[in-house]
Amino acid sequence: MKMKAIIGLALTSTLALTACSSGGDDDTTATAGAGAASCAPSSGPVTLSFTSWIPGIEDVVKVWNAKNPNIQVKVQTGPNGNGGTYQNFFNQLKAGNAPDLGQIEYDALPSFRVQDGLTNLAGCKPVSDAKDQFIDWTWNQVSFGEKDAVYGVPQDSGPMALFYRKDLFEKAGIPVPTTWEEYAADAVKVKAAGGYITNFSQSDINQFAGLAWQAGGHWFSNDGSKWTVNFQDEATTKVANYWQDLITKKLVSAVPPWTTEWDSAYNKGQAWTWVSAVWGANSISSGAPDTSGKWAVAPMPQWTAGGKTAGNWGGSSTAVFKGSKHPYEASQFAIWLNTSEEALTLLNEKANLYPATKTGGSLAALSKGVDFYGGQKIYDIFAQAATEVTPDFTWGPTMTSTYATASDGFKAAVSGSGTLGDALKKAQTSTIDNLKSQSIPVAE
Amino acid sequence: MKSKSAAMAIMGICTFYFLVPIWWLFVGASKSRSDFSNTAPLWFAHFNLGQNLSELFHYRDGVFLRWMLNSILYTGGAALIGTLLAAMCGYALAKYRFPGRETIFNIVLGGVLVPATALALPLFLIFSQLNATNTFWSVFLPSLVNPFGVYLARIYATASVPDELLEAARLDGSGEVRTFFTVSSKLMFPALVTIFLFHFVAVWNNFLLPLIMLGNERLFPVTLGLYSWNTQVNQLPELRMLVLTGALVSIVPLVVAFLFLQRFWRSGLGSGAVK
Repeated sequence: MKMKAIIGLALTSTLALTACSSGGDDDTTATAGAGAASCAPSSGPVTLSFTSWIPGIEDVVKVWNAKNPNIQVKVQTGPNGNGGTYQNFFNQLKAGNAPDLGQIEYDALPSFRVQDGLTNLAGCKPVSDAKDQFIDWTWNQVSFGEKDAVYGVPQDSGPMALFYRKDLFEKAGIPVPTTWEEYAADAVKVKAAGGYITNFSQSDINQFAGLAWQAGGHWFSNDGSKWTVNFQDEATTKVANYWQDLITKKLVSAVPPWTTEWDSAYNKGQAWTWVSAVWGANSISSGAPDTSGKWAVAPMPQWTAGGKTAGNWGGSSTAVFKGSKHPYEASQFAIWLNTSEEALTLLNEKANLYPATKTGGSLAALSKGVDFYGGQKIYDIFAQAATEVTPDFTWGPTMTSTYATASDGFKAAVSGSGTLGDALKKAQTSTIDNLKSQSIPVAE
Repeated sequence: MKSKSAAMAIMGICTFYFLVPIWWLFVGASKSRSDFSNTAPLWFAHFNLGQNLSELFHYRDGVFLRWMLNSILYTGGAALIGTLLAAMCGYALAKYRFPGRETIFNIVLGGVLVPATALALPLFLIFSQLNATNTFWSVFLPSLVNPFGVYLARIYATASVPDELLEAARLDGSGEVRTFFTVSSKLMFPALVTIFLFHFVAVWNNFLLPLIMLGNERLFPVTLGLYSWNTQVNQLPELRMLVLTGALVSIVPLVVAFLFLQRFWRSGLGSGAVK
C-alpha cells in the first residue's frame, strides 16, 4: 500500500516538472522596436545586471555602486566569450533573462546584432553625448557604420605595434625594420644569427586579421540589406602571400600560440619579434620573464615607407541587451565604465585593458616607463598606433566558424600542405555557406 | 608464468599511461612560472608548490576554496541523495509487482541513453521559467537523478535481496520502509557504493550544466571556476600557474573518495563471487 503512495508521489512530481517546462509562454518581446529605442530615465532605484569575464571587474563596479546608490550594478561572471559566455547570452536571450549589460568583443558584436539581441543606444543621451570621447574607429566597431546606430559602448582596444628583442638586434647589427620589406630582409639575417624573426600564429586568426586590417583589407561589409564577404581582396591577398613566403622559406617558426612552448620560444630568445597588440606587453613579460629589460617596442612595420597605419587585435564593448528595462541607466553605467579615469585606471590595473577613448592613452598608468621594456614608455607608441588604425574594418556575423575554418587552413599551410591563400579561399566559401544556412542575406 | 608476466606488463603499461598526466600535473604545479616554461616538463625544478598553493588559496579572497566547497556540496550532496533515490527506486522495481513496472523501468533505461549534456539547455529554459537560474538549486536539483544508478540498483537488488528474507521480515512485523533501511539496503551496500561513486564522478564532471546555469562566481563548482580562469590566460598569463595548481588540488577529493570507498567495493565484489 505504502509503495503505491510513494509511486504516486513520484508520478505527480514528474507531472509537476513537465507542467513547468511547458507552462507560460515568454513575454520578452515587450521592448522590441525598430531603430533606436526610446531611452528615458527610470524613476526610482534601479538594479542592473552585468556579465563580464574581465578579471577583477567586481572591484571596478564596487566603485560605481558606492557612488550611485540608485543605480546598483550586480556583476555576473564566467569564462570568456567564446569559452561559453556568448552561448549563454544567446540562451538567456531565448529564455528572456539576459542581463542588462554584457561584455562582447568587437568581432562577436555583429552576430548579436544579426540575432536582434542588442538594444540600439543611439537614442540614449549618455551615449550620444559621449560619442566624441571615443577614438573614431572604435566607434565604427559598435555602430557598424550605420546611421543612428550604437550597439555597444567601446571598452578597450588592441592597437598593434612591433615588440622586438632590442639586445639581439643590436648585437647582430640588424636595424629595426620600419617596413614589411625590411622585416622580410631582417628575417633572413635573424635566421642566420640562429633565431626566428617571429612566430606565425597558426591557430589564432586574430593576429592575421590585425595584419590584414593594417594593410586595408575589408573582409565584410553590409549595405543595410546584404552582407558581402571578401577574404581575397587585394590587401588581404598581399598579406597572405607575404607570410606564405616567410613560411615557405622557413624564416618564421610556427609554434601554436598561447602554449608553454610558445612562451618558452620567447623566453629562450628563439623568436626575436612579435607583431602584437598593446595587451601583448603583458603576455611577453609574464610568459618570458627571463628576458626582462631586453625588449623594446617600435611602430608596426609599414607597407609603404613612411606610412602611418596600424592594425588592431582584440578589444571589446559593453552592450545593452534587448529586453533591458533600464537602457538609460545601463548606458550611464557603460559610459562611466569606459570613459571615467577611475574606471579606466582600475580596468588597466586589474586586467591590462587599454582604453578606447581619445584621452585614455594618457592615463597615469600608461604614461610611465616600463622596466620590462628597458624603461621605455611603450604606451606612447600604442597611443600613437591607436589613432592610426584603419577606421572602417567590419567584422561579420559568423566569426567563430570563420575562424575555425581559417585556422584549419592555416595549420595545414604551416605544415606544408596548401597555402594561406587556399585557407582564405576556403574561409570565404564556408563563411558564405554559413551565412546562407542562417538565412542571413549574402551578396555574391 | 609467462602469461602472468605478460599480464603484469600490460597492467604496468596501463598504469604508466594513466599516471603520467597526473605526474605531469604534479610536477607542473610544483614549479614557478618561469621554470614551468623553461624546464623539462616531467621533472622537478625549484620546488615551488607551497608558494603556488598559497597564491591559489589567497587569489581573489580565496574564491578557489569556495569553489572546492561548492563542488563537494554539489557532488557529495547530490551523490548521497541520488544514491538513496536510485536505491529505493531500483529496489522497488526489483521487489514489488505493480502495473506499469516494466514501463517505468524501460523509461528509466531510456534515460541512461540521454547524455547529461543534451539536457542542460532544456533544464536552463525550465529553470528560467521559474526564475531559478543562477542559484545553488539550479545545479543541485538536476544532479539528483541518475537513471544508471536505478538500473544498477534494480539488478543488484534482484540478485542480492532474497524474497524469502523480505517475507520473513514482513512476518516479524517490520514495515516496508523499515525493512528497506535495516535489511535490504545492507545487502545492497556494495552496489550502493558503486552507484555513489559513479554518481559522484558524473556530477563532478558535469561541466555544461553549471556553465549554462551559473553567472555568480561564488556558486561555481571548481571545474567551471578553473575553466573560466583558463580562458583568461591570454589576458592574465599569471593565471596559468593557478589553473595548474588548482587542477592538482581539485583531483584530491576524487582520489580520496575512491581510496576510501574502494574497500567497500572490493568486499562487495568478493562476497558476490563466493555465493
